[in-house]
Amino acid sequence: MVPLLEVSDLRTHFTSFGGARVIKAVDGISFTLNPGETLGLVGESGCGKTTTCLSIVGLLPDAARIAGGRIDFLGDDLTKKTQRQMRSIRGRSIAMILQDPMASLNPLFSIFWQVAEPAYFHQHIHGKSLRERVRELLRAVRIPSPAQRMRDYPHQMSGGMRQRIVGAIALSGGPKLIIADEPTTNLDVTIQAQYLDLLKDIQRETGVAIIFVTHNLGIVARMCDSMAVMYAGKIVEYGSVRNLFNAPKHPYTKALLGSITKLGSKEPLYAVPGQPPNLAHLPPGCAFHPRCPDAMPRCAIQEPVETRLGPDWTARCWLAATQPAKEAYDRAST
Amino acid sequence: MTEPVLEVTGLTKHFPVSIGGLLHRRTGWVKAVESVDFAILPGETLGLIGESGCGKTTTAKLILLQEKPTSGSIRFEGEDILAMRGDALMRYRRAVQVVFQDPYSSLSPRMRVRDIISEPLEIHTDLSRPAIRERVEEVLDLVGMQPDVADLFPHEFSGGQRQRIAIARALATDTRLIVLDEPVSALDVSIRAQIMNQLEHLQATLGVSYLFIGHDLASVAHISHRIAVMYLGHLVELAESTELCAHPLHPYTQALLIAALPAHPDDKQERLTISGEIPSALAPPSGCRFHTRCPHAMPRCAEEVPERKIVAPNHSVACHLYP
Repeated sequence: MVPLLEVSDLRTHFTSFGGARVIKAVDGISFTLNPGETLGLVGESGCGKTTTCLSIVGLLPDAARIAGGRIDFLGDDLTKKTQRQMRSIRGRSIAMILQDPMASLNPLFSIFWQVAEPAYFHQHIHGKSLRERVRELLRAVRIPSPAQRMRDYPHQMSGGMRQRIVGAIALSGGPKLIIADEPTTNLDVTIQAQYLDLLKDIQRETGVAIIFVTHNLGIVARMCDSMAVMYAGKIVEYGSVRNLFNAPKHPYTKALLGSITKLGSKEPLYAVPGQPPNLAHLPPGCAFHPRCPDAMPRCAIQEPVETRLGPDWTARCWLAATQPAKEAYDRAST
Repeated sequence: MTEPVLEVTGLTKHFPVSIGGLLHRRTGWVKAVESVDFAILPGETLGLIGESGCGKTTTAKLILLQEKPTSGSIRFEGEDILAMRGDALMRYRRAVQVVFQDPYSSLSPRMRVRDIISEPLEIHTDLSRPAIRERVEEVLDLVGMQPDVADLFPHEFSGGQRQRIAIARALATDTRLIVLDEPVSALDVSIRAQIMNQLEHLQATLGVSYLFIGHDLASVAHISHRIAVMYLGHLVELAESTELCAHPLHPYTQALLIAALPAHPDDKQERLTISGEIPSALAPPSGCRFHTRCPHAMPRCAEEVPERKIVAPNHSVACHLYP
């Protein structure tokens, strides 16, 4: 199968003080996404998750630039596109759902216009059929009585409903890929569960691929097929959700999994000591070694290489690398 | 039976709603908290769980005397806190402290950590300066921080460290009860686990009680001994946390349990049985407030408010399904 999105060795750097200081927010990450698949991009604040997404849609802030690597989407390298070309991709083939629905909706336009806009510009639907299309989209995201509600404005909706409107806007251009950047952090738990169910249904119906950016591993367990764990701008472990949950290889993945509360369990949580690192002052060697319970002398000097543990499973850790990678490969493939 | 640290009976808070600028016309009441009863025992954590607008923060504010209840009573070690004056009131304020959700706005950016933590000591105790200094270092040590951080400002710390400072401040006086209003929601996952473990450790060593407010069932259940579930101002279920997770009785609690995210991709995942959104507290549904979203609603539910009844030892529920 031809992958829908293939990110290879992507590097996005922020420069400040006229280039005197370079912050490597995204530092050589690679992953692939097939049509209809869901990838979870996991990590703590400041690890480069959002910068990765903004690099894909070409909405990086002025201080940031893509310093290397490729983003192949449907066979085209997105890093080579001009802003003008990107405008015809954003909203049409790649849509984005952001964390705060109130900030991503315009308070001055009715729901109808905001949902209609991508369909109007990208698919050239007008008049009556546009009205019909919006009604259909609002029905797809379970807005009750869509014909009436599309005349409303964002302030007349509740938080959960606004987030569903944002979902309808994302679907409006008929995208192949939706990037959802922590879409449920501001929602209540039952509303969050409804929204996640809705996204799954939409994916089943339209076959859209989703990149789910989150720090909540529960959402990954519920929604995603594969996951990439990011730490200090690098993907430290990447593989199928089942493999990573069953047998995490990187100590950071283990730590994240150990720190989620299991329902009804009273066992003490596994807490990694220390704080996520500051990208401006990264420790030498493996960025995780100051917090790592299994750190070896080597970790402080040499940066670990990416080790292939299976057909779709890589980890950046000296512990994983010392086991003969071939053996691990054979085990995983049998 | 041990005497509870805090006992809340029939606690009710209604906020007036008015329209218009000059001539305030009162148009209704938001019934934020409606006859809520619970007790917190010494050394115990009571979890208070519910979604936005369910009245959990208002309950916390009433306990902290930031709001005056419309009716009902709050008793601290047997004494009614609303009748407290003078010394007794100061004693109460000393014994009950709070940690807020956002450690970025709950610590003054213009004060050093030492001053932040010693402020309650200056107000509430007559300790000498060296004694205060010593106490500050003692509580910093309790929350796992070096004494030399005392001279730094809050902006020099990360969110997790700030939350530790807030906890240290809450512990500085002779604290008996800490109200924790979503203390870990704003933190990163690995830091969240650190703070949760720290809170449990502090309780084990100091015997302090917690009222832990949250909306995520898994983390509330982890830290709490008993859990009270609130929905639109009503307390709908109260049980021991393991019992509540194993046998949730109220349909709303069951929904919360289904909505809780799995810890593993192979965990059984059900679809949420409830639909719709939380109704506005301005015009709450009649009868049982949950009946508009409840999959088991009966005609009776729209008419009669169910009373909370004990259905099993240490387990009470307010639902017509359990007569």
